Amino acid sequence: MNGHAEFAQLFTGLVLALLGATLVAAAIRRWWTGPPLGSENIIIETVFARINAWWAMVVLLSLAALFGRIGIVVLFAMISFAALREFLTLTAKRRADHGVLMFSFFVALPLQYVLVAAGWIGLMTIFIPVYAFLFLPVIAAMRGDSAGFLTRIAETQWGLMLCIFAASHAPALLALDIPGFEGKQILIIAWLVIVVQAADMAHFITPRLMGRTRIAPDVPHSRTWEGFIGALGAGVVVGTALAWITPFASWQAAIMALLVSLLGYAGGMVMATIKRDKGVADWGHLIPGQGGFMDRLDSVVFSAPLLFHLVRFFWTSV
Amino acid sequence: MLKRLVEAAAAIAGHGLVLFVRMVTAPRAIWAGIEPIPRKRVYFANHTSNADFPLVWAVLPAFLRSRTRPVAASDYWLKNRLRAFFGRDVLNAVLINRDRDNRDPEEDPVQRMIAALDEGSSLIIFPEGMRNLTEDPLLEFKTGLYHLAMARPDVDLVPTWIDNLNSVLPKGEIVPVPLICTVTFGRPIHIAPGEDRDIFLSRAHAALVALNKGSEE
Repeated sequence: MNGHAEFAQLFTGLVLALLGATLVAAAIRRWWTGPPLGSENIIIETVFARINAWWAMVVLLSLAALFGRIGIVVLFAMISFAALREFLTLTAKRRADHGVLMFSFFVALPLQYVLVAAGWIGLMTIFIPVYAFLFLPVIAAMRGDSAGFLTRIAETQWGLMLCIFAASHAPALLALDIPGFEGKQILIIAWLVIVVQAADMAHFITPRLMGRTRIAPDVPHSRTWEGFIGALGAGVVVGTALAWITPFASWQAAIMALLVSLLGYAGGMVMATIKRDKGVADWGHLIPGQGGFMDRLDSVVFSAPLLFHLVRFFWTSV
Repeated sequence: MLKRLVEAAAAIAGHGLVLFVRMVTAPRAIWAGIEPIPRKRVYFANHTSNADFPLVWAVLPAFLRSRTRPVAASDYWLKNRLRAFFGRDVLNAVLINRDRDNRDPEEDPVQRMIAALDEGSSLIIFPEGMRNLTEDPLLEFKTGLYHLAMARPDVDLVPTWIDNLNSVLPKGEIVPVPLICTVTFGRPIHIAPGEDRDIFLSRAHAALVALNKGSEE
């Protein structure tokens, strides 16, 4: 793979930044007792949990990158698997849906990632929205059980779209042919993940430091103007500062980061609404202290397809 | 020598089984009202799938697992050599004969369970007596739990709700799908002196159903 220099710089930078963040957070936890943390040490504990998750992300992405494109595709396939399992655990299903579930886990998921690995972008972008969409209800209908049929099918298809289709657009960036950026596409994935995580973190912290003005009277307590603006601001600042690892000029990186943060924010909001509908606090329990994979990656999943198509439209040589 | 080999194979298969169950169902134990400590207990659980035993067994910590024996039907677990190996050697099940009319008096299921308890084991039992394939969350209990509670009133009876396994492996399916399962262990119950059989059984039934409602919240 080309781009070793940038990759090494980014890796070193991330490790140093996380090291710094870990030390600062540890110091605050140890010594800071004044406001606003005095009574509300949930902030610092959450920050700690997130920093640990980021360490895991850096390690996993770097390890996968050592194996090149296949490594990244396999990593995202595994993430899709974990997310899909969390999602389909909560969706409506009956005994007759066993075939549908088997198709989702054992056919749709591997096939989508084979298409990504092979770089068949045309088929990759229609396989689940068209073929799985039409085939899934057929398997279910053959079992004859009509109770809640449309709900069962729709919720399952939603899981496929989100956990497999949308998520697979991140590794699909590797299949894009960007002139002057050959072999460095993995840096765009890293950029996406960093921007979205920065926005997520700011969304969590800003309202707690600057107060809460709800976006609308009926949305949950956590959806505030402070959080929204903090998320977009943090995303744009971090995304622009990291323009050097992308094929984007600074001003382009700022616009892309704004769009990615916006989509990420919207994604978090949608997923939170689904969780409330299903009556759960978290998607799972695989990551200690912060729920499941979906809780950490909902924003990445929502923004990956947009980023993919923007890069494909404006930067590739087709 | 052969016995040693079988024991070694059973230990390896046991670890393999736990690993497989963990990979497929990413199971989580919820200890709600009781702690995982080494006391003599009877875990009584809802029964929807043949994988119920391995699942409860897999979520127990290793130091409890080695002393916890499932109580299972011999007609199922002795049907072929593979099942017999898993039932008898790996899970170390207390095998009972369900055929009420053609069994020896010494095969009495309750006596078998009491003997296992007296040897120091904990038990996993399914008081519904069979797999529940209905829409009803929990069937009526058989009387075995009552007789067990009468014979050994000091043993903790732990309601154990297994959630979602019927979606992972519904009856008649061979391939499990990897959905997440939870096993909720609730506050133990004991029989009160002179408590009526039906009252006790409905109390135990209610304690188990309550865990289902709890895990939905």
